Amino acid sequence: MKLKESASQTAGPYVHIGLTPNFSGITGVYSEDLGRKMVNEKTRGERITIAGRVFDGGGAILKDALIEIWQADAAGFYNSPSETRGVADGNFTGWGRCATDMETGVFQFETIKPGPVPFPAGGKQAPHISFWIVARGINLGLNTRMYFAEDGALLESDPVLRRIEHRDRLATIIIAKNDGAYNFDIRLQGVGETIFFDI
Amino acid sequence: MKNSPVETGSFFQRDREWHPRALHPDYKSTVLRSPQRVLISIPNTLSEITGPVFGHNILGPLDNDLIHNFARSGESAIGERLVVHGQVLDERGKPVPHVLIEVWQANAGGRYRHKREGYIAPLDQNFGGCGRCITDDEGRYQFRTIHPGPYPWPNRLNDWRPAHIHFSLFGSGFAQRLITQMYFEGDPLIPLCPIVSTITDKEAVRRLIATYDNENTIPMDARCYRFDIVLRGRRSTLFENKMEGN
Repeated sequence: MKLKESASQTAGPYVHIGLTPNFSGITGVYSEDLGRKMVNEKTRGERITIAGRVFDGGGAILKDALIEIWQADAAGFYNSPSETRGVADGNFTGWGRCATDMETGVFQFETIKPGPVPFPAGGKQAPHISFWIVARGINLGLNTRMYFAEDGALLESDPVLRRIEHRDRLATIIIAKNDGAYNFDIRLQGVGETIFFDI
Repeated sequence: MKNSPVETGSFFQRDREWHPRALHPDYKSTVLRSPQRVLISIPNTLSEITGPVFGHNILGPLDNDLIHNFARSGESAIGERLVVHGQVLDERGKPVPHVLIEVWQANAGGRYRHKREGYIAPLDQNFGGCGRCITDDEGRYQFRTIHPGPYPWPNRLNDWRPAHIHFSLFGSGFAQRLITQMYFEGDPLIPLCPIVSTITDKEAVRRLIATYDNENTIPMDARCYRFDIVLRGRRSTLFENKMEGN
């Protein structure tokens, strides 16, 4: 390598100004906040809602976090130039961005359930959504994934999940549907700490 | 627009000694927000090597002009007028085109336009504090703004942030996602700041400090700072492997 990656610095408490200005009350600069709408009426696949909160090591809910998600379409294709296997659903961006609510700390994404995608060494990865979490006090964005509890056999054989030695931790990222939504709470530290990945 | 080759390789491992550690008690917010369990290392899959790419169609004409993009018609933000420009490269030294760069900052007095902000410095009715641009085929970007002010923040009793601009960048893969901050050459607050010092490598800090670029000042208008940014690089594809031998 010729160069080193620029070092990360925290997104800070005012990340909304830059990434979701309309949400933060700065209107008239951008027509809409990027990543708010992932699907339209023509998007193929099962509509799902993912909602959750982010907790710190003392059990407090973060009200200043920002979350981005990235996922394949219903057929397992990514809407990205680096996707060379085929063409993804043109009515699905695959990327979402949501700030946690400043009063309740809740984030929510309206999306579709992704299809399985291949693993480089062979086999399939169970359907999953990549999460990226930034906030004041987070020096380098945190990466995790959310999996779907109903995908039993695919979860059993998933080559990423198989790497996790402490099997009791899997419950932090494999989420069951409840009342029509997946409730994905993220715990930054302590009991029930979410599995974070070095990708 | 030139067609750039599609990037499909996996990324070089992130150097977590170079980046700030999650826990840095002098920056008090990290104490309860830093994971304690080990990160699970996984090889890059399609989920990491792909990522969203944004087109110029999302940009408005004033998106890269923070002096005017929130100002009333015929007015402009108060402060020292600046052009900030630079190049986005990857770790191989290759320019990265089509990078969406989003920036945000305090106004000239060090005050953010945010409901949680409590500093006594006044708001500027003509300054919002956000802007964005997309790098060109050579990875170059530029925007116009005012010099942000330093400000005090609730950490230790008397901590001040050096003047800075927040940068958010997308590469071509989601694993390149990066947020960082740009500081200004010569600012005496840089070595005193507990957020800067979350980074322990002095060279890594130096690389976040923009240099004054006198040659590119706009006479009678704006001074200029240069800030180059490096995103994670990818392993070469098989074809490039033969070409470059890496």
